[in-house]
Order: sequence, then structure tokens, then C-alpha cells
Amino acid sequence: MKYLGLVLANLGRHKLRSILTILSVALALFLFASLRSVTTTLAATAQLGGARRLVTTNATGIVFVLPLAYGNRIKALPGVTGLSWANWFGGRYGDGKSFFANFAVDPESYLKMYPEFIIPADQREAFLRDRTGALIGKRLLRQFGWKVGQNVTLQGTIFPGDWTFTVDAVYTPSDPSLGDDALVFHHEYFDERIGRAGIAGWYIVEIDDPAHAPQIAKAIDDMFRNSSSPTKTGTEKEFQASFATMWGNVSFLMSTIGLAVVFAILLVTANAMMMSARERTGEIAVLKTVGFSDRLLFALTMVEAGALALTGAALGLGAAKLFYPAINFNGAGFLPGFKVATSTLVVGTLVAIGLMLASGLVPAVRAARLPVVQALRKVE
Amino acid sequence: MIPIVYNVRSVVQRPLSTALTALGVGLVVAVFIGMLALANGFSAALAKTGSDRNVIILRKGADSELSSGLGRDVASMISADPHVATGPDGHPLVSPEVYVLIPMAKSFDTTQMANVVVRGVSDQAWQVRNNVTITAGQKPTSGRAEVCVGSRLTQRFPHTKVGQTLRFAGRDWTVSCNFSAAGSAFESEVWGENEQFMPVFRGEVFQSITFRLKDPAAFTEAQRALQADKRFTVDAHREAEFYAQQSQLLGRILSFLAVMITGIMAVGAVFGAINTMYAAIASRAPEIGVLLTLGFKPGSVLLSFLAESAFIALIGGVLGCLFALPLNGIVTSTTNWSSFSEIAFSFRVTPALLLVGMIFAVVMGIVGGFFPALRAARLQVVKALR
Amino acid sequence: MALVEIRDVYKSFQREEQRIEVFTGLTLDIDAGSFTALMGPSGSGKSTLLNLIAGLDRPTKGTVRVADAPVSEMSASQLAAWRSRNIGFVFQSFNLLPVLTAAQNVELPLLLTNLSGKDRAERVKIALDVVGLGDRASHYPRQLSGGQEQRTAIARAIVADPTVMLLDEPTGQLDAKSSQEVLALLQRLNTEFNKTIIIVTHDAHAAERAKTTLHLEKGDLIEKPRMAAAR
Repeated sequence: MKYLGLVLANLGRHKLRSILTILSVALALFLFASLRSVTTTLAATAQLGGARRLVTTNATGIVFVLPLAYGNRIKALPGVTGLSWANWFGGRYGDGKSFFANFAVDPESYLKMYPEFIIPADQREAFLRDRTGALIGKRLLRQFGWKVGQNVTLQGTIFPGDWTFTVDAVYTPSDPSLGDDALVFHHEYFDERIGRAGIAGWYIVEIDDPAHAPQIAKAIDDMFRNSSSPTKTGTEKEFQASFATMWGNVSFLMSTIGLAVVFAILLVTANAMMMSARERTGEIAVLKTVGFSDRLLFALTMVEAGALALTGAALGLGAAKLFYPAINFNGAGFLPGFKVATSTLVVGTLVAIGLMLASGLVPAVRAARLPVVQALRKVE
Repeated sequence: MIPIVYNVRSVVQRPLSTALTALGVGLVVAVFIGMLALANGFSAALAKTGSDRNVIILRKGADSELSSGLGRDVASMISADPHVATGPDGHPLVSPEVYVLIPMAKSFDTTQMANVVVRGVSDQAWQVRNNVTITAGQKPTSGRAEVCVGSRLTQRFPHTKVGQTLRFAGRDWTVSCNFSAAGSAFESEVWGENEQFMPVFRGEVFQSITFRLKDPAAFTEAQRALQADKRFTVDAHREAEFYAQQSQLLGRILSFLAVMITGIMAVGAVFGAINTMYAAIASRAPEIGVLLTLGFKPGSVLLSFLAESAFIALIGGVLGCLFALPLNGIVTSTTNWSSFSEIAFSFRVTPALLLVGMIFAVVMGIVGGFFPALRAARLQVVKALR
Repeated sequence: MALVEIRDVYKSFQREEQRIEVFTGLTLDIDAGSFTALMGPSGSGKSTLLNLIAGLDRPTKGTVRVADAPVSEMSASQLAAWRSRNIGFVFQSFNLLPVLTAAQNVELPLLLTNLSGKDRAERVKIALDVVGLGDRASHYPRQLSGGQEQRTAIARAIVADPTVMLLDEPTGQLDAKSSQEVLALLQRLNTEFNKTIIIVTHDAHAAERAKTTLHLEKGDLIEKPRMAAAR
């Protein structure tokens, strides 16, 4: 636009002020995007889970186990096309400061249950054949500097002692919210060492049609309702969602902080705009005398505010979008698949536009309404 | 020295600009105090949860009560240990306890689940564990399916008040009392008789054994003796340290978040302060010229404007404290991922925290005002008075 | 028909508690191609008259017509557009936007037209050449002397080829030499380019350059012969 030169010149009048304002907006939106992404990531993990997988746990609580004998009975139910089970191990590596999930599984059925785990064929074979082998997520390789083929020793916390495994295989999840930092090993080895066979921490049940999930879940729970270990079955999605809610009011907290941040920055931007406007009363009078209409001056002021806000937004949102993947951030395991979603970018941009309107409105109206004659008197 | 009244009056003369800057600083301070109050509250809850005079025994290698398992025989052997204090009734002050997590749905949103600690206790627990007092009702009667519910649970979960019935593990439990424990983690727990819980949960196994030290100074010796004892394989921790350590992970996360978030916000607020001060100085160049002409040294001008910036920020600091104060005492809860259990705690805004907030505000003001003040001090009289 | 027709104009201001009457039934004609100097003591309404002609202010009563346009009746937005095409205004000071170069300042009125970038640039060059600042096009106001700034302002005032040029104390802040430069330029604009110029001034030298001098005293017109104008 032909007025671009004027707008840019005005912004360049106080380069430092414009830069500082843009940076403030960028910082605020970076923070905003980060906070909102915590919420969206948690929501996304609550969305994951093959729609065709159910999880069966002990109804009394997830810290209680289920008899292995249940397996065949569940498998026999109509609509069930596959079954696997796992047991939480909770082992620690090294000084135990880096937490990662580790559990014992029935390897064949488990890998079949999770086609999302991409494993090179030879590694897969090696793992299946090695009773003391371990399958680890890609992230653990980097985190602990492990290599395929080496032995790693975990400290058992629930099942005491030193447990040594051979790293046979590495998986990469095709769905990032599935997490890439778990270690699984053979149930057989587990049973052997604890000397007590026949327990399953939880069952994973594959069903033929997601639409049948509620009935099959009910059927399973009905089957064991009156036994010593009653079950609670739900879709994998529900299971994951319940973990997300364990964070409690975190979402609320993040949103509140996000709001405070945005508001604080609004004040900074509005202040900068008003300072500029106040200094330019004389010039605005001159422009009106030259023939610039009230409406035009209003628009130019808004454009100026908008340039600041949108440049800051682009910087801040862009930085957030690029930064987290660059450092492979996953919230120490609690926020797998952390990323800045498109919805966050959209909301962020809307916030920036809102910022522009709010901070530019008062100066713009003042400029439009400026009574030339009074202003001129001040000028002379 | 340039009289401070000059700065105060100048600040008052540009009310809008001052207000906006102060508010910006205020918000940063409020968020700062709020987040640290959160971290504070959480640590405080866990810190109060243990006593220096108690020792908690877990199976060797267990990192939380949940992962541990100790047999009845171990409990008897520990009771006989010479380091254990004796109660007024002559019995050793030893509390063997069952510890499980039970999922419960929250009152205000039944889709929100929490894993609540259900603890099996004996009579001794009420004496051994710190600061536990019954606030309503009677202790559970031996042999009956009764429980005592911690006071922090009563607001957040249904069926938790005296006389009501809680259902878990396939059975109904009558709530016979509520108890408080000085704001510690125990207040987020449900307590019942060991003998009632064992058959329903994990059998004849305790998760922890806590006892009062006869001589609090003798902890190291007691620890060594117990851990070397060949009859059982255990770890002995000072109770206070154990629970403090349990709070480390979440406490660190909260503190990290607090610092990160407010750090970024602070930079933004400082930018705002810089802008305000530069503009102020630009419009007051003639005044500065006059001051310099009158004989005030540039150093005085520098200090004067720094003081002005700090003053505005201080106003912001006060505002921020006012914003953050209402947070004090608000109860929130989350899952302590170290023990996987639900813990409720309140925001804790302390005077120390408020002071830190104010200092933080002033620092922001000084940092933001430094370069503008420097420019003011370096102003050449001739240019200023033109 | 005169270029500027002021008919029975009344103008009053409210200042604090007082009502100040500047004009009480002023009637005046200014012909096209004239070079008129408006003189008088402060408070006589000289600047107000310029503002009325430029449509920056409205008379309480009476009419102002410029080139047959009913300036005193037009709406604010109509006036803005009309002003950009018909009026070239130069103030005593603060004419130029400090963030723009001389050329960019001169270009401002043209931004309000439909001319292409190329056409605008051409006109700006011509205007700057006329005022003798062709080589200063990319200088910022702070790099120009007082006289050069005012000449740039004049360039801006003529670039859109306005119907009338209004100048309010253009030499008020200038030294003798710069004043001469500016006044000589104005004279040239009037004699060579036939521009209609109305200039408000205290400066007797400026009045000398003008073809007609009008004296305002307490809102009334007193025409004095040019010889006796110097005081």
C-alpha cells in the first residue's frame, strides 16, 4: 500500500521502543503458546489409544493385580479378537533421577496388539527369542546412552533386587503421543524371578469393532463382578484420559497464567502506543490540514498497532512452534508428543489481533477525533 | 541529591502511563508469588508430614510406601528393637501400616479421578504419626468396617463425612470420624484398621513400619543397626526426610515452572518499564537541562531517575502482592507422581514470599530504568534546553 | 467572481468562562492570482481567518466560499478530501514529519490521490526543484536548515497544485537571510506560476513582497496603503 512508507517511518521513529514492544509481544505469545500446549498435549494423550483396544484393570485400584487365569475367559468372549497383558515393574536405572516406564509383557501378543511400535524386523526377532531381552523406546537410547546389544541393570523397587536385561530392540512409535520412553521385557523372566506365576497387572483386549466397546467392556466386568478380583474395563482412550485428569487443576492453572501473561503484555503494548500517539499530536494536526481524513488517520494508527502486534505474534508463536521439537521436549516423560498445535497458533493470532485492537483503539480514536484547530494552536 | 518529591510529582503527572507500567509489573509479581505459593504449599504439606523423631521402615529398594512389602514377623521384630521408644501405656510406639491407592471420583467433576491413599493403621498410629487429631466422630471400632477420613478429602470427595458410607474394594465402609493433621499429606488419606484392610487388599503384608525413636539423636545408629540386621532386608529413613524426598519431583517441577514463567514475564515487564522511562525522559529533557544548569551532578540525575523507575515498580509490586494475597489458603490438589497418590494442599503466601515479590519488582524497575536513567544523566545541557 | 468569498462571517470562541468574539460580520474578497498579506496585532483573528478559508474551522454565522465551493457548509470528511486538492498550508513551525525525508514529506498530499508511484515521484521532484531543493530530496528535516525546512513545506504546499496557498507566519522562526529566500520563492510562485497566496505575517518585509496588504484589528478590516504599512 502506498501508505506503507508512512507507517514504517512512524514505527521506526523510536526503533528501540518498537523493538522492545515487539519483543514483549513475542515473549508473551511464546509463553501463551507453551502453556496452552500443555493443555492440548494432555488432551491429545487422552485421545489416543486405538479405538479397538480396551484396558482391563482391577476394579479396586490399579495398584492391585489380576489373576492370569482371567485371560482365557476374556478371550472367549464374543467380539474379542486379541488379548495381551502386562505387569508394572517400576524399576530404576542408575541414580533413579530419570523416571521411565518399565513393565513385563507377554511379548508375542503385546507386539501384535501395538502395531504402532515400529521395530526393525531383525531386532524384533531377537527380542522375541531372548528371555532376558528388553525392548526400549527410541528416547531411552539417547537419554542413557544405551546401545543395542548391551546389558542394562535396573533396581527393582516393588520387586527387589538387580534385574539385568539385554537391549535387543528399539521401537519408534508411529503415533508420538504414545510415548517413546518405555522399556518392556518378558513376563516369563519376571514370573521366574518373583517365583509367583499367574498375575497380570492389566489386560489389553482387542475387539472387532469400536462400536462394540461398551458391551464387551460390560461383559468382561460382569463376568468377574462377584469374584475376589473384580475388574474395571474401559477403552484405552478412557484409561489414558484418567491419567490426564490426575494432574488436577493444572489445565485451569495454565489457562489462568496464560491470561495474566496476555493481559500484562497488553498493558505494555497499549502504553507504548499511547506514548507514541501523545508525542505526535502536532504531526497529526499537520496531516489533517494536508487533507488526511479522520478515518484514514484512524486506520493508519490501527495498522501501526497491528504491525507491532502481528510481528511480535509471528516471532513468539513461530519460536514456540520450532523450539520444542528442536529440543525434543516431552516434559520429562509426562507430556509425550508435546507440540504446539494449529489451534494454539490460531488462538495466538487471534490474541495478537485482539492486542492490536485493544492497544490501538484509544490512540486511533484520539487521532481521528483530534480537533485540528486546537492542536494547531498547541503547535504554534 | 535531587529531592525525591520531584520524581514522585512527575510520576503522578502521567497517571495513565504510570498505571499501565505498574500494572504490568504487578501482574508479573502476582504470578511469581502465586506460583511460588503453590510450590511452597506443596512442599509445606509434605514437610509437615514427617517428624524428625520418627523412623519409617520400608522393604529394601522400595522408593515409596506403595512398592514396599513387610511381613508380620518383621513388624514384631522391629517392635522389640532397643531403639524404639515406649509409649505412656508401656507399649512400643510402633505403627505397622498397610498402604494402597483407591480410585475415587471427585465431587465437583465425577469424571476426574484421583488415587486416594487408604492406610491401614493400628491404635499406635494415632500416637506415632505426627500431629494427627480427630476433629469429628470416634475412632473406628475394632472389628467393624469403619474408616476415618482426612479433613482435606471431605470437601473434594463425596460420601466422606461422619456417618456417610464410602464404597471401595467391593465393600461398604462407614465413616466413623474425620481427622486433621496440621495440613500435612495425611489429611488427604483414608485410615482404617489394618486387620480390616489386609484381607481385602494384599493379604498379610504391611507396606511400612513407622516408629518413634527413643533418642532422636540416635537415628544414624538405629539406621545402621536395622539395615545390617540379617533377619530382614529393609531401608530405614528419617520420616521427615522421607516425605520431603517424596515431594522433590513435583516440588522441583513447580519451582521450575514458577521461575521459567515469571522469568519470561519479567523480561516483558522490564521492556515496558524501559519504554516508559525513555518516554518520560524524552519529554522532560528541558527539566533535566535546568537541573544540570542549577548544578546537580549527572550522578544525581542518574540516581534520581533510577529511583523514579524503582518507585513505579514498587507500586506495581504492592499491587502484585494485593492480587496474590487472596490466593492464600485456596486448596488445590494434584497427583504426587513420586507416590502416585492424590495430595491436596493450599497455596501458601508467606510474608517472606511477599517481600521477595516486592524486591523482585524493585529489581525489575531498576533494571528497566537503568539505561534510560543513564541517558538522562548524559544529557547535554545545550541540547536539553533547546 | 473572487476566488475566496467571505460573506458576513461571525466567529466566536469559548475560552474558560469567557466568550471571545473574533469576527462580527466580516466580508472580504480575495481574487485569483493575488498575493495578499494579512497583518494585525495578535488576537485580531488572522490565523482564524486562514483556518476558516482552509475549512479547518467553521464560522458561527456567515459563509465562506473558495473557488465556488461552500467551504463553511461542507462536512468534515468532504473538507478533508477538498483540502487535499485545493489548499496548500504552511505553518510557522513543525511542518515536516521528522521521520520522513524531504521527498516523502512533499509526497504526503499526493498519497491521497490516485496517482501512480511513478507520477507521484515525478511531481515531488518538480516541486522540490521549484523551491531549489532538488539535491536535498533524501535528507531528513534534522539535516536541513530552518529556511530549507520551510521551503520543503512550501514544496509540499504546491505539489498537488492547489487553488490557494495559505501561510501562517512562515518566516516567524527564520533569520533574515532564510526569510529572504522564502519570500523570494513565494513571490516567484505568484508572478511566474500565478499561484494565489495569502500570508499572515508580522514581518514588514514579507508584507512588502505582497501585492496587497490587509490589516485586521479586532476582527475588522482596515485597508491601509502599502507605503504606510511599514511600522
